[in-house]
Formats: sequence, C-alpha cells, structure tokens
Amino acid sequence: MTSAAAPALTLLLLGVGALLILATAIGQVLRETLAPDGSNPVVENLNARIAAWWAMVALLAIAFLAGRIGVVVLFGILSFSALREFLTLTTKSVADHWSLAAAFFVILPFQYFLVGIDWYGFYAIFVPVYVFLLLPVISALRGRPDRYLDRVAETQWALMICIYCISHVPALLYLQFPGFDGRNVLLIAYLIFVVQFSDVMQYVWGKTLGRHLIAPALSPSKTWEGAIGGIASAVLAGAGLWWLTPFTPLQSAAMSLVICLMGFFGGLVMSAIKRDKGVKDWGHLIAGHGGFIDRLDSVIFAAPIFFHLTRYFWSTT
Amino acid sequence: MSLLFRAKRMAYTAVTKVAGDAVSLFVRIVTAPRAIWAGSLPIAGPRVYFANHTSNADFVLIWTLLPPVLRRRTRPVAALDYWLTSPLRAFFGRDVFRAVLIDRRPEARSEDPVAQMIATLDAGSALIMFPEGKRNTSDAPLLPFKSGLYHLARQRPEIDLIPVWISNLNRVMPKGEIVPVPLICTVTYGAAVRINPDEPKENFLARASAALGALHEPRP
Repeated sequence: MTSAAAPALTLLLLGVGALLILATAIGQVLRETLAPDGSNPVVENLNARIAAWWAMVALLAIAFLAGRIGVVVLFGILSFSALREFLTLTTKSVADHWSLAAAFFVILPFQYFLVGIDWYGFYAIFVPVYVFLLLPVISALRGRPDRYLDRVAETQWALMICIYCISHVPALLYLQFPGFDGRNVLLIAYLIFVVQFSDVMQYVWGKTLGRHLIAPALSPSKTWEGAIGGIASAVLAGAGLWWLTPFTPLQSAAMSLVICLMGFFGGLVMSAIKRDKGVKDWGHLIAGHGGFIDRLDSVIFAAPIFFHLTRYFWSTT
Repeated sequence: MSLLFRAKRMAYTAVTKVAGDAVSLFVRIVTAPRAIWAGSLPIAGPRVYFANHTSNADFVLIWTLLPPVLRRRTRPVAALDYWLTSPLRAFFGRDVFRAVLIDRRPEARSEDPVAQMIATLDAGSALIMFPEGKRNTSDAPLLPFKSGLYHLARQRPEIDLIPVWISNLNRVMPKGEIVPVPLICTVTYGAAVRINPDEPKENFLARASAALGALHEPRP
C-alpha cells in the first residue's frame, strides 16, 4: 500500500470493521434470543458467514499492506482455489490430464505474471485466444473423442471464469488516472466492497421481505425483493464511496449499479451451473458460505466489466 | 553407546513424523480433501477401514483425514513386494506410514498376511485395507473382493469394519501420470459392517462390497 491510499483505506477498513462488529453483535443477539443451544440453522449459518467475513477482510487487508505483489499473489491463490472447485465438477477424461495440469501450473501462473508485469495487450487475449485455440490440441493429441466438445468447452469455461475474470481484479492496480497516483488499491476495495455489500444486502432483504422468486428452478433464495433491495442499498453505499475512486458521486452510483447487476447475474449463472451439476455449493472450505466460487461469483462477473469501463472512460493508459 | 543409539532412534522417529506431516500437508494442498462421517465416528481402538482402491495415494488420503491422535495408531496394509523395492519407498512405507507389509506372492512369503493383520489389531492399532487387492482401472465401481477381509472378520468378529469411499483421487493422479491435477477429493466413512455367525464367505463379501458401493451414490 502506498501512502497516498493510506488515509482513505484506513477509513474504509474502520467502516467495514464497524459493520462487522455490528453484524457480530446482531448474530449473537439472534442466537441468544432464538436458539442459545445452536439449534437454529439459519442463525448458525449467519454466524458462520460473519466469522468467515472477518477472516476474508483480514486477508484482504494484509494483501493491501503487502502492495502490488501481495494483491496479485492473493488473487492468484483465489484463482487456484476457484479453478480447483470448478474443474472438480466439469466433464473430463483421463485424456485431459495434461490439459488440466497445464491449466493449474502453466496458464494460471502465466496469466498472473502478465498482469504483474502490466502487459495488457497480452493478458487481455491470452486465455480467450491462445489458450482457447491451443489447449484443446493437447486433449486431441491424446486421441479420445468421447464427449470431446463437452470436455474442452467446459474446461475453457472454467479458465475464463476462474483465471481470466478473477485476474482483472489485480489488473486494476495498473490503470493510471490523473491525480490518482498510488491510490489504485482503493478501486479494488471499492469493487469488492460494493459487490459484496450488494450480496449481503440481497441476503438480508431476501431473508426479511423476500416473497417472489426470480428463478425458482435455479435458486430458492433469489427473490425480487432481495435483488431490488440489495442492489439499491449497494448503489447508495457505492455513491457514498465516490471519494475512494476517480468518479463523481453520480458516476459512482452508475458504476455501482453496473457492477451490482453484473454481480447479481454472476450469482444467477453460477447457480445454474451448480444445478446442472447437481451440487448445492462449489466447495466446503469457507464455513457458512460453501466454496470460494460461492463467495466470488459476483466479483468474477463484475471485475472485467468494471475494469474495462474504468479503463475506457477514466484511465489515461 | 546405548544413549547414542536412543538419541539416534528419537531423531529418526522425529524425521519420520515430519515426513508424514509433510506428505499430509501436500495432499491437503493439492486435493483440499473433505471427510464425511456418514454412519461412523473417528474413534480410537482396533478397527478396519476398507476402501475402494484407485490410486497409490488412497491410504495417504484416508490417513490424512483422520484426527492426528488416531493417525499414529492407524496402519495401512500394503504390498511388501512394492514398498520394499527401493530405499525411498521403504522409508515411507515401513517407517513413515508404518505399513503392515504383506507379501502378495504365496510361494515367497514366510508369514501369513491375515495373521500379521490380526497381530496388528490385537496390539490396538486400526488398519486401512483395500479388499479389491489391486487398483481398479476398470469402468466398474468396484472389483470383486479378495477373501482377506472375510478371514479377518471371521477371526475377530467383534471388530468394526468401516467402509470408506474415496472419490476423485484417480482423477488427481491417474495410473502412470506423475503430475497431480489439483481437484477436490471426498472421503466418505460409512456405517460399520460386522460378520454374522455362520455367514458364508460369499454372502459376507457381497454385503461388505454393497456397503462400500452404496457410499458411491451422490448424496444431497
């Protein structure tokens, strides 16, 4: 973290800390009043989620302190965990072994290396062009045609979602804005805060007021009340955080709306994939949340759009 | 002299412990494994974990997912003719995982494998074994069981036989590959099976095999 970003980031972290203290207090009060013996699954899940949030915020804060390399490495590790969850569920055969090994040990590190050296022209096309064309060749050379298109298509989807999209979060560090030097880490904090706040508020509004399901076949928890209330809350919060960004308050509200909508779509698309594959969660490593993709799905969809809009309209690079 | 010998022994034991922990950590990093206790609990004492066999790392995964206190008292049953063929294999097989090494070649062996397993159980340890006898590379979920599990159950009918289904590990490391692909593995520990008095061998093995195969079904 550079000194230019320090005051704003400290303020944001203090705010998030206050929110989490409030959430922790509410969680404890709910447990004491509803089911002190821990028998209410909704309350227990809520408390598990809040505990995991503390850990996630602490991890992000440490990465911000460690600077660019810290952030690139952190998101590289998140990519790895997400890719592991995704590829666990995709169609594959023993003939894909080298393609899959390459995904983890060559493509993933190389994409983050390109982001780390700020070679925009290459990291923007590496996975969608080079990997897209060349990786299926490795599977083809092993000569098993059964379900070949399913296998390569699902693998490419995994790479786009888990490597390409996530790598656009640390890529925000390298954009340049007039008068914004050394404060790019705030853009990441802004993106993650607004999108995750939207998720949390969708959960809160949905649990309290939610009646009408948006897509009953895909998700039992996505309601119109939750989505509208959550996104509106996050847009208001995002507008109020304009001072973290190169945007004006109005621009910040518009940008928040875009990333919250993308985040919502991300949750919907990832739910559809989970239903297709017959699982409830992507993984089990984050208590109360499920897997990494369950928590990251909204950021995954919002990050590349946020990156490109910001780059096109505000950046000088 | 004996002091030096004891110091050496202690140092060697420490090295094997660190090596075991390192292997476990590696397995955890690669496969982010998840243990599901569906019908039995991780408790100490003599018992037999019997599992499907698709990869050489199978027993390492079962062992890794046990609570650390139980790991020291849980020994895999493994083939002597594989694990003693190189110093590195011997180090891991005999010293780190303290495998009960049995000779698969009846003509060459000096000890009865079932007697070796019984002796280990009587000493208070748990066993990990693979009743299919070899790695399953077929499309069937399980190969027919060998009779070792039956003889064990017949001689120690009061001991719990716990079916353990390992999923996905064969995708992480298919036979013949050297680079593991990190995918999430799940290990399901099912309800204990025991032999009935006078139960014929075929019935018992079919029942044990069905109990293990039932864990293969995807659960909600």
